[in-house]
Amino acid sequence: MNKEEYKNVYVFAEQREGEIQPVALELLGKARELADGYGEKLVAILAGYKVADKAQTLIAYGADEVVLVDAPELKDYITEQYAQAIHQVIEAYKPRIVLYGATTIGRDLAPRLSARVNTGLTADCTKLALAEDDKEFLMTRPAFGGNIMATIVIREHRPQMATVRPGVMQKLAKDDSRKGVVNSFTPKFDESKFKVKLIETVKEAKDTVDITAAKVLVSGGRGVGNTEGFAKLQKLADVLGGQVSSSRAMVDAGVMPHDRQVGQTGKTVRPNLYLACGISGAIQHLAGMEESELIIAINKDKFAPIFNVADLGIVGDLHKIVPMLTERLAKEIEK
Amino acid sequence: MNIVVCIKQVPDTTEVKINPVTGTLIRDGVPSIINPDDKGGLEVALQLKDKYGAHVTVITMGLPQADAVLREAFAMGVDKAILLTDRKLGGADTLATSNALAGALRTMDVDLIITGRQAIDGDTAQVGPQIAEHLGLPQVSYVVGLDVKDGKYIVKKETEEGYQMLEVEGKCVLTTLASAFKPRYMTVAGIVDAYDREVEIWGADKIDVDASKIGKAGSPTNVYKSFTKELKPAGEKFEVEPEEAVELIVAKLKEKHII
Repeated sequence: MNKEEYKNVYVFAEQREGEIQPVALELLGKARELADGYGEKLVAILAGYKVADKAQTLIAYGADEVVLVDAPELKDYITEQYAQAIHQVIEAYKPRIVLYGATTIGRDLAPRLSARVNTGLTADCTKLALAEDDKEFLMTRPAFGGNIMATIVIREHRPQMATVRPGVMQKLAKDDSRKGVVNSFTPKFDESKFKVKLIETVKEAKDTVDITAAKVLVSGGRGVGNTEGFAKLQKLADVLGGQVSSSRAMVDAGVMPHDRQVGQTGKTVRPNLYLACGISGAIQHLAGMEESELIIAINKDKFAPIFNVADLGIVGDLHKIVPMLTERLAKEIEK
Repeated sequence: MNIVVCIKQVPDTTEVKINPVTGTLIRDGVPSIINPDDKGGLEVALQLKDKYGAHVTVITMGLPQADAVLREAFAMGVDKAILLTDRKLGGADTLATSNALAGALRTMDVDLIITGRQAIDGDTAQVGPQIAEHLGLPQVSYVVGLDVKDGKYIVKKETEEGYQMLEVEGKCVLTTLASAFKPRYMTVAGIVDAYDREVEIWGADKIDVDASKIGKAGSPTNVYKSFTKELKPAGEKFEVEPEEAVELIVAKLKEKHII
């Protein structure tokens, strides 16, 4: 393999039912910076069926070029179909870097491809950067349950691949006037390898709340105690126009559903306000929320680690403070 | 039906603490466990054994002390255990690990391979799909339900929005979620028995893989540096009456234009 042949930064632009996933736009934001660092192009790979109209969206969010792989075989995500298509794109275009969202699709496809092209893959990165001296691509990720951070490099293999969790990178402002090139790519499918058949896709009408999209999160931990405690947080969240999220402890205890969990094994959030109530702040939790704009913590234990990241820390009883704060804010906002 | 479950011995990362003075990990006294997603995989394999009389083999790659997790698997009910251990396999990243395990699996007569989705010490979720690719087998990851019907696997896969039902023809690799399969307890007889059972010890010479693809040499990724996380500097902390606390919070929200 001649490393010098591999150029440009590629993003796998994940779509579901024709909708570009937010993580793809976030990746474009970061990849733009990387491509500029190398003085190279940012290319989005858009794979699916009847998705051509989405190419301009990817350009508006930073792509210079879109490789459009439009085929009926790619209507629904199935590992082998997508692996064949993206593998052929990699073979044909020789990317320096390929980024994927760390979703159930990206985390299924990217390792399959890493084995197919025999290259390295760094999972769930929280930071991507170029080394100042030699522009080595540095991929930083939490390891050991978020207790340590490791920066990974892939020196001798190409493309260098990474997945990034949704909500970690920031997308650029949409610029509809941006111009870009769309290249169609037609893969040759080997259907004899298609051994998995999709019977049905079920969207559960679970009361899903996307806590990653909330501007304000009132988050509860062990100190909240139970469902009644969370009802108090909900009232406060309602007044602030926010959502309620939770630490792992309350999810494991069955008090809160998993889709509300913030942290290493939950979601990464960066709201304008993160109000942590009765959360001690295990490192796994901090990993999911420390990028929040403003962090206020209420906890009885003045040594709770959450205070180490809080902009404002209140040592006190959330069961007294939260209802009073709710009442006070309701009046304040009415004014 | 022959099932092989790949498991990993991991430190219980929820028990890991940081030394507040030095900022380094305290690893001493942290217990080692079967990785939870892998234990879910063991459970689903044993369910197929209960239902259809499948033969269940468990394999782990690791240091000699990984013997402990194989004994635990015996006590849960597996039929055979293999410890793949060799210095030549050391320093492996996910790709080299998957090459080694695929090399072992190539030598076995197997209908279904199960791995956990991801291990709690690395959280990469890569080894299962990589094994599938090396062996040229179909894969389904994030598995939360499994049955066999007319010789096909009916698989329930968890997604962000809900789930998918998939049908897989023939030999395949599935990666399981701990949350879906509550592992059975070890039986008392099983525990007693587990220490008399034979764990097969395999070295690198026993597996079918190119020597350049295993261990450190077969690993495309390298750790450039590792460090404990820098946290942003702490703000102010107040121990005050609730009334005053409320005023402090309201003032802060106004200052930052939240309200």
